[in-house]
Amino acid sequence: MIPELGHYALILALAVALVQATLPMIGAHRGDIRLMALGRTAALTQAFLIILSFAALTEAFVTSDFSLAMVVANSHSAKPLLYKLSGVWGNHEGSMMLWVLILAVFGAAVALFGENLPDGLRARVLGVQAWVGVGFLAFILFTSNPFLRLSPAPPDGNGMNPLLQDPGLAFHPPLLYLGYVGFSVTFAFAIAALIEGRVDAAWARWVRPWTLAAWCFLTLGITLGSWWSYYILGWGGFWFWDPVENASLMPWLAGTALLHSAIVVEKRDALKSWTVLLAILAFSLSLLGTFLVRSGVLTSVHAFAQDPARGMFILAFLLVVIGGALALYAWRAPTLQSGGLFQPISREGALILNNLLLCTLCATVLLGTLYPLFLDLLSGAKVSVGPPFFNTTFVPISFALFAAMCVGPFLGWKRAELWPALVRLRTAFAVAVIGMILAATVIDSHATLAALAFGFGVWLILGSLLEFADRVRLGRVPWAETRRRLATMPRASIGMTISHAALGFVVLGSVATAAWNVELIRTFKIGERARFADWEVTLTNVEPVRGPNYDAERATITLTKDGKRFAVLTPERRMFLVQRREVAETSIQTNFLRDLYATLGEGDAQKGWTIRLYDNPLAPWIWLGAALCAFGGFVSLSDRRLRVGAPKRSRVVAQPAE
Amino acid sequence: MTPKRKRLWLLVGSLGVLGVAAALVLSALSDNIVFFYSPSQLAEKHVAADRRFRLGGLVENGSVQKHGTEVRFRVTDLKQSVEVVYRGILPDLFREGQGVIAEGSLDRDGVFTAREVLAKHDEKYMPPEVAKALKESGRWQEGEGTTK
Repeated sequence: MIPELGHYALILALAVALVQATLPMIGAHRGDIRLMALGRTAALTQAFLIILSFAALTEAFVTSDFSLAMVVANSHSAKPLLYKLSGVWGNHEGSMMLWVLILAVFGAAVALFGENLPDGLRARVLGVQAWVGVGFLAFILFTSNPFLRLSPAPPDGNGMNPLLQDPGLAFHPPLLYLGYVGFSVTFAFAIAALIEGRVDAAWARWVRPWTLAAWCFLTLGITLGSWWSYYILGWGGFWFWDPVENASLMPWLAGTALLHSAIVVEKRDALKSWTVLLAILAFSLSLLGTFLVRSGVLTSVHAFAQDPARGMFILAFLLVVIGGALALYAWRAPTLQSGGLFQPISREGALILNNLLLCTLCATVLLGTLYPLFLDLLSGAKVSVGPPFFNTTFVPISFALFAAMCVGPFLGWKRAELWPALVRLRTAFAVAVIGMILAATVIDSHATLAALAFGFGVWLILGSLLEFADRVRLGRVPWAETRRRLATMPRASIGMTISHAALGFVVLGSVATAAWNVELIRTFKIGERARFADWEVTLTNVEPVRGPNYDAERATITLTKDGKRFAVLTPERRMFLVQRREVAETSIQTNFLRDLYATLGEGDAQKGWTIRLYDNPLAPWIWLGAALCAFGGFVSLSDRRLRVGAPKRSRVVAQPAE
Repeated sequence: MTPKRKRLWLLVGSLGVLGVAAALVLSALSDNIVFFYSPSQLAEKHVAADRRFRLGGLVENGSVQKHGTEVRFRVTDLKQSVEVVYRGILPDLFREGQGVIAEGSLDRDGVFTAREVLAKHDEKYMPPEVAKALKESGRWQEGEGTTK
């Protein structure tokens, strides 16, 4: 009964979305207040219905209702509760449900907190949101219905892919989707602005917090995904340039560019039409990301089973949304009046450079990701574009970005001098060069690119901190004055410093892990010893252990240094009983400066077990840095100036807490 | 600065960045594209030793041999097969009779040395390249189960 209610609510939601997609638009065109007001009611109703529908689906998973085909395919009664919950979105149909849920909740948030928006703009934004909603709801109902019944109901389900049964991955999709779908709001604002033919600072004040929030969630989502692949897949790497990873990186790059250009629109009333274009691109890339993951057109470690009907639907949807939006842009963008003038050397100029470089990065990733697809269509040749391509293109371009990142904040709006900014950064430059030379001589004399990247990491951290110190006049004015400046400093500036410096940590961590790790693969019998970097490794023991839905073999590996015990690693091989699948569980010991990482391969007492050990220097900095980067975004989001209609309630609370 | 000059500057800057990026991309693409071959295609073409490529097909039944950390197995498209050598821990889903993609290069004796054996999330999943190669070899139909 409850699944039928959920199904029914979903169909109703589609009907409501159709109303929301048309009537408020007509109302805004005719200036009819009542029709425009309908948008708000419809958005709230639609959100209510989809929440109801999602709750019904969740209920089916929690109570293991095996009369639903999707629950049978993806769940099992013996699964821990967390994975019963994450099982709701750990598959194709459910993840689409999660997508529309977030979309509808964001739509409701715009409706609820957008009271001080002009009526027409609000009606149009809600209308555009509903167009996207109609597309996704139709997709779910016609090609991926999660509420289909199975008769007769089997006694138990097939269980969930053991690799996905992990706390990191339980929260990875919701965070990623909060980011993807968050860009739908900026997209809706962009389209509404094109229809109205007007972009002003008030518009930017609305768009910037939404972009920032979406960006923060996307950053966290990507971070969690990368961390998951690091400790689950057992390859010791953190980023594989896999098409699906690229699919989430592209909207992130476009979103980062959007974040910065929205500042120019807000502060200087310039770059308007470019910002609108970026808003369209960021969401288009989010949709493309969904398409790449869901349709299985690309070989990927992530690809779920493919279904051509779904692929065609998303492709058509993609063409309509992206093609339509770009056509509208081409038609209407020339009507957007551009405002403030500026010199090339200025804050605006630096932000344009930032946008150029970020978009170029995004374009290289896009090309590398889609090239195999195009070549296959054109010539039938099967190729793949792997890490070497991205390392030779992405890395040098990002160096240019890193170099500019510390200088930009020192430049004033409108016109500025480059030289004084560089002089103030001299300490950072000197230390970065020393770091680079040390890395190139002491650590590894072969990896020049790594040494260069290491220097840029140092530069980013010190350069950002110097800018912060400069802003509070540290050391140049009495301490009381510095404290006063610190207290009155806008949160957005603090957020910027945190995020920029955090990126430096990400760079340092990535470089050190990728270039200077130490690896050992060999077979060990119990009691056998080997040398590994500075340590002596012993396989002390291998014993059977029992988990909630798996049996496992657990190895105990002891690392000693000068006869003293340094660390104990306990990697496992888990045999999931329902799926009859073995999954290796890595064991990681970290002291925040290095990760000791072990995976256990197959083996037995006679032949010994294959064991893979890694010493990954600075590895934790990658994810801690990325999380700090997102934190900087949240700090910036808490800035009072970013709140629309400041004395009223903050719209930050509108972010749902999934 | 007039808006016209500003636009010119912007254009020059953008073209500069895009030009450098395009040059980087093109040189990287020509060096770093990894082709995919099935064992039959490999038998027809003569791929230079040390040229990196991807080999895909099924892991031949009964061909997996392990010596310590070294694994030898044959990849087949049911017409031709190629011997593969890999040092390291195989992905959890590696099994005889299952689809596999290995990236590496041929050595002088025609043995494929894999630097990477790709893992899949899902045991029902057949890499599209492998499915296509198998269909082309004419000995396998879509949806047909492989031996467990």
